[in-house]
Amino acid sequence: MEMLSVKNIGISFGGLHAVDSFSITINKGELYGLIGPNGAGKTTVFNLLTGVYKPDMGQIFLDGKNITGLSTIEINKAGIARTFQNIRLFKNMSVLDNVKCGLHNNNKYSSLAGILRLPSYFKKEKDMTKQAYAILKVFDLDKDAKILSANLPYGKQRKLEIARALATDPKLLLLDEPAAGMNPSETEELMDTIRLVREKYDVTILLIEHDMKLVAGICEKIFVLNFGIELANGLPQDVLNNPEVIKAYLGE
Amino acid sequence: MIGVWNKLNKSTRTNFITIGVIILIYVLCQVMVAAGLMTFLMKGLLIQFCYYAILAVSLNLTVGILGELSLGHAGFMCVGAFASAFFSKSMIDVIENNFIRFSLAIIIGALSAAVFGVIIGVVVLRVRGDYLAIVTLAFGEIIKNVINVMHIGLDSRGFHFSMEVGKLELLEDGEMIIDGAQGIIGTPRDSNFTIGVIFLIITYLIVTNLVNSRSGRAIMAIRDNRIAAESVGIDITKYKILAFTISATLAGVAGVIYSHNITTLEAGRFGYNMSIMILVFVVLGGMGNIRGSMIAAVILTLLPEYLRFLKNYRMLIYAIVLIVMMIFNWSPACINWRKRHSLKDFMNQLMKRFIKSKKEA
Amino acid sequence: MSFISYFIDGIRLGSVYSIIALGYTMVYGIAKMLNFAHGDVIMVGGFVIFTVMSTWGLSPVFAVLLAIILCTVLGVSIERIAYRPLRKAPSLAVLITAIGVSYLLQNLALIIFGANTKSFTSVISVPSLKLAGGKLSISGETLVTIISCIVLMIALTLFVKRSKTGRAMIAVSEDKDAAVLMGVNVNKTIAITFAIGSALAAIASVLQFSSIPSISSTSGAMPGIKAFVAAVFGGIGSIPGAMIGGILLGIIEILGRRYISMELSDAIVFLILIIVLLVKPTGILGKKHHEKV
Repeated sequence: MEMLSVKNIGISFGGLHAVDSFSITINKGELYGLIGPNGAGKTTVFNLLTGVYKPDMGQIFLDGKNITGLSTIEINKAGIARTFQNIRLFKNMSVLDNVKCGLHNNNKYSSLAGILRLPSYFKKEKDMTKQAYAILKVFDLDKDAKILSANLPYGKQRKLEIARALATDPKLLLLDEPAAGMNPSETEELMDTIRLVREKYDVTILLIEHDMKLVAGICEKIFVLNFGIELANGLPQDVLNNPEVIKAYLGE
Repeated sequence: MIGVWNKLNKSTRTNFITIGVIILIYVLCQVMVAAGLMTFLMKGLLIQFCYYAILAVSLNLTVGILGELSLGHAGFMCVGAFASAFFSKSMIDVIENNFIRFSLAIIIGALSAAVFGVIIGVVVLRVRGDYLAIVTLAFGEIIKNVINVMHIGLDSRGFHFSMEVGKLELLEDGEMIIDGAQGIIGTPRDSNFTIGVIFLIITYLIVTNLVNSRSGRAIMAIRDNRIAAESVGIDITKYKILAFTISATLAGVAGVIYSHNITTLEAGRFGYNMSIMILVFVVLGGMGNIRGSMIAAVILTLLPEYLRFLKNYRMLIYAIVLIVMMIFNWSPACINWRKRHSLKDFMNQLMKRFIKSKKEA
Repeated sequence: MSFISYFIDGIRLGSVYSIIALGYTMVYGIAKMLNFAHGDVIMVGGFVIFTVMSTWGLSPVFAVLLAIILCTVLGVSIERIAYRPLRKAPSLAVLITAIGVSYLLQNLALIIFGANTKSFTSVISVPSLKLAGGKLSISGETLVTIISCIVLMIALTLFVKRSKTGRAMIAVSEDKDAAVLMGVNVNKTIAITFAIGSALAAIASVLQFSSIPSISSTSGAMPGIKAFVAAVFGGIGSIPGAMIGGILLGIIEILGRRYISMELSDAIVFLILIIVLLVKPTGILGKKHHEKV
């Protein structure tokens, strides 16, 4: 079953085709890798999928629903959550509150109920705390719940971003360089966590990564982007042995 | 008893403590007034503490919690003050019960300020940062200028309006309600220290409860990282307007308390200087720190009054204090100095020495 | 005929705003701070001229030169003492400091010169220009103001574009860290910017107070705010923007005062500002900034 179906999307900035005729189909539960040299347009693809940029052409379908041109907020509500290459946490809030922000649309009570502290406030807050801790536990962050998120070490900040994205209960999770800045043992651990998350939360994952060990280790399919266009797409062993791909990475 | 206390969540506990302290100070003040221990000057200041604290707490919601700089907070106060004073003065013979009249005045003041809060909230969506600062400043000045040229009178034929001085031809039974730059004279003195304290507590509860709720987290998320907030589906529009509206409404209430406690209400008092003064309360009390705002408002209202003997030098010293405090708080050299000479370290070292000497003994 | 003379008067007022706005806009572009005390530097300049001419009875040329020198020294000192330590502090802390400096200058002037408004002798002794058979008269102050504004604007544009220091300014305003790596002395560049801004404020004070002609400790505040509005109006950080914003603001203010309402002229200026910012959130010539995701 198709979870994400992207048909020929493209965008240009001042004449430069940042992404051109990008098409991809991701099945439900798949773990897809998006790789390519620096400046290939990988993050731009994420920005197009999440509505940060509106595509000049093409269409995006999530679980059969056309989400082309929707706002970031609506796309998140439709079921796409993401992390960022340059970490974007709510720095002046605790680790727990960061995840609770992710739970924002799944546990609703009105502002008035919050101000007046009606029973629904206490009930929902209790639920949210419980859910948030459950997610934090998966990432081994539950002991740091009360810490200010800015004070977490780098690796844990990356994990917290994934936890926050997961809290929005997405169908599709986009991870932008989740292992950037991690040492090999941390990366190893992260790979286990990503696998676990997919099983436990029944989520489809598309990730951008430079660490080939991680990509080859966990991705079931790989898409290679170069200068905004598709270079290769398919099973890891085929893609990574493709002479075009090797040329793009290593040069002539 | 202690068991129940521990079961309450942390924000509820802090609420109880803060409100307890406010009530304690209130009772203490009332006892001092009753015992004749309070000077006339001090008695007059009591209600000022309340409305300045309400203004500071409400502005903190915009500046500290939402993270948008506003230089027009006095404008919202002005709207609340004039709308409610206009109502009370026109209705002074119609509604004779003070309680009912003042309750209605509060509602009118709050609602009219809220309307302007929504309008400015919509503007906030378009402009940001320093541009927003100048828009809010402009808003405050517009309100001040417009009220300054309004002349409204009431006689047996109804209301009369003019933008020019002396153009209202009122009948003999008529009365000026708003008289341009002279403003509103003789608003019934319906508010007092007790009412001020009650509304301060309500304001405190509204703002802290909001901050500690789902909506408050959303507002702070927008402040910390707008793009990330959007990515988790937080409705930026809704929460920005919400924060601005609540902030404006509470400033309007402060305006009602103010206008029902003075003889002459002039729009000229609500210029950008007053907005800046409230902003100074917020910054010195700590951005996002609600209790800090209240403490700063009280101390900075008290300080100039106690420095009155300095005459002209008073504001000069205030200015120097302001500059020195900012440099002390933020300059890297001072931050390092504070780290090296902090009281906590000093105490720790004393403790270490103490333990060491004990061991040696 | 009256419309044309009001219009010219608007250009005169606008020229003063432009010159003050230049100071705002340059400091904002380079130090990224709102120098709230800028308006009060104008007041200081005015009082220097007042003292030299009315109290000491010396020549206007000497008065103007001394005002320019003292204002420049004042601007650089303010930057060195109050703003430089806060270069890395949150912008709100810097804003409050600037407000503190503004209060400080106003109250110093209040202590030295008292609360009464002083009458200011016009520095400019250029005869007025009679046009259309004497029906249209343009005062000497107006002529000098408009010409000064044009000359200053051209000189400043050339300075920023052509000189080494000017290019250093652009570099610092684009990216402070990269400028440091390229060997630009950031502290020196910012100090020069404050010096230029304050010297402009002194010139503005000559033009402003010669036309009004009276001065008190708070005389700088409103022109300061209006010039700030003009800078934002034109797109803060942009030199031609400050000029366009200033001139438009002056014209709107004078025409509003004459044709709509004396008391509401400020409200009209501010209302138009809000409308402009709603349509173009970064001002008329302001650049739009995209946040990289």
